[in-house]
Amino acid sequence: MATKTVIKKTAKKATKKVVKKAECKTKAVKKAVESSVRSVRAMTITEKLLAAHAGLKEVTPGQLINAKVDIALGNDITAPIAIREFKKIGAKKVFDRKKVVLVPDHFTPNKDIASATQCKILRDFAKEQKLTHYYDGGDVGVEHALLPEQGVVGPGDLVIGADSHTCTYGALGAFATGVGSTDLAAAMISGEVWFKVPETIKIVFKGKLNKWVSGKDLILHTIGDLGVDGALYKAMEFTGPVIDKLSMDSRLSLCNMAIEAGGKSGIVVPDATTKKYVKGRFERKAVYYTSDKDAEYSEVREYDCSKLEPQVAMPHLPENTVNVSKVGRVNLDQVVIGSCTNGRMEDMAVTAKVLKGKKVAKGTRLIIIPATPEIYNESMKKGYFDTFTKAGAIISPPTCGPCLGGHMGILAAGEVALATTNRNFLGRMGHVKSELYLSNPAVAAASAIKGRIVHPKVIK
Amino acid sequence: MKAKGKAWKFGADVDTDRIIPARYLNTSDPKELAKYCMEDADDKFAKGVKKGDVIVAGKNFGCGSSREHAPIAIKASGVSCVIAKSFARIFYRNSFNMGLPILECAEAVNGIKKGDVLEVDMGKGEIYNVTKKKRYQANPVPPFMQELVGAGGLMRWIKKRGFVK
Ligand code: SF4
Repeated sequence: MATKTVIKKTAKKATKKVVKKAECKTKAVKKAVESSVRSVRAMTITEKLLAAHAGLKEVTPGQLINAKVDIALGNDITAPIAIREFKKIGAKKVFDRKKVVLVPDHFTPNKDIASATQCKILRDFAKEQKLTHYYDGGDVGVEHALLPEQGVVGPGDLVIGADSHTCTYGALGAFATGVGSTDLAAAMISGEVWFKVPETIKIVFKGKLNKWVSGKDLILHTIGDLGVDGALYKAMEFTGPVIDKLSMDSRLSLCNMAIEAGGKSGIVVPDATTKKYVKGRFERKAVYYTSDKDAEYSEVREYDCSKLEPQVAMPHLPENTVNVSKVGRVNLDQVVIGSCTNGRMEDMAVTAKVLKGKKVAKGTRLIIIPATPEIYNESMKKGYFDTFTKAGAIISPPTCGPCLGGHMGILAAGEVALATTNRNFLGRMGHVKSELYLSNPAVAAASAIKGRIVHPKVIK
Repeated sequence: MKAKGKAWKFGADVDTDRIIPARYLNTSDPKELAKYCMEDADDKFAKGVKKGDVIVAGKNFGCGSSREHAPIAIKASGVSCVIAKSFARIFYRNSFNMGLPILECAEAVNGIKKGDVLEVDMGKGEIYNVTKKKRYQANPVPPFMQELVGAGGLMRWIKKRGFVK
């Protein structure tokens, strides 16, 4: 197990004149950074982002602000209530048709009449309001994989989503957080949202990642240490040499689960990896914010990753994490690889690598869900589908599906599953008497082959 | 706002999947949702709960998803107020935005047993355990949240600020 060290409670440094030199190379970036440091107080990236969107020079944790939103997102579960509230109050038009995004991804393709009716509410509203970003049919994918991929969200954005995993976009250097339907309704009308400026916990990952260890393991390990409410109301800023080398897909998985520690948001300061990712993709102008060196953090935690194994969260909370080698014998009825946590290209690639030439164990069902149409097509082109079907896996269209116990792989009483999703709450994937374990895709694929939870290294 | 009712007790980290499981999220009708409220935490709750009753729970109540169906189901089930040691962030926001009274009070949670009769003054944050004859004071509600509640919820507040023409 990696060493967990609580370094210190950062000493409070009162307001101080700080003017920093831009560290980034390109001109455009330099400008953006400079414009963000005209503050009188040393601030974290989160504080700078919130201040800029509230039209303030600086903000302090605890302060209540009204901030402008760049994107307001809803899905087929949360948007129907928001649309109802929108109409009830007598609103006629959304504040900006390019900035209100609707993705009916949870029960897609619609599993029953009731869910089809919910989706229709979104479809009609999108048409009536002429929304630019509405995804349906063959365009729909899991929202938090879709929005970064399609360049709808990007660095410097303030995003609210009526979905708790909206925090995913922090990977791009955005402030993104989950809210409820009424918040969404209010933002659709006003283009604003109220916030309490959060304190930030800085999480530093040191050392080098071992083989088969990914962004998912970093966050599972962190949640195991902090607990499911360890970052309640707080922003989590991920940094350190491991993050510097981490792929964007892994960063998205990492920030995705900030909410599982109770966090308001997760964020990674943009770097070369971010710029490469958003180039030619992000549809608006990226603004790259950084954290000042002497910014205040409520807490700094350091993890040495050199001994970190792939992590597994045991039922029924994401904080019940252990090294995969410590799980013991757990036979599996089902394995699910997908979701907004691990349904991206990197996840499909590692799944194909482990499954290549292998068969899923008899008595175990493997369901693979590429998170977006683009990932679906790319996986097909790369020949992964051939590997998946030959192994005996089921390939699902992009959907949230079983992740929230919706459809496409629901568990019966007494069944045990391993998933690359983000929550293993009681009954999350089906019956209350079913059990759910969480892991990264490599562990999930290897475990599907063996029919029980194993370390991917055992697959020869 | 005052209410009187029986306490229903729950532990720590009651997540939104237990408050209202996703299998019922293909509707947003409050009455329909109320039928399944707390089903995966206590399957006797939805049938047994009476108007005015109070949910009393441990830390981090309402963690997990952003579904407003959770506070909607609780409110529609007749519950007057939720008292917990702490609330998950989105649940906290949602409750204020849509008008479900919630109070933070660890002491009361520790002192209240299942079935105790409670009198709660939501505005003042006063909790009186009628059964045990004990009084508790919840953490004060921040002024901005009081303003929201005073305006009649977030939507009315937005309207008041002139956003709805
Ligand atoms: S994949 Fe799962 S966690 Fe992600 S948005 Fe869909 S239901 Fe929520």
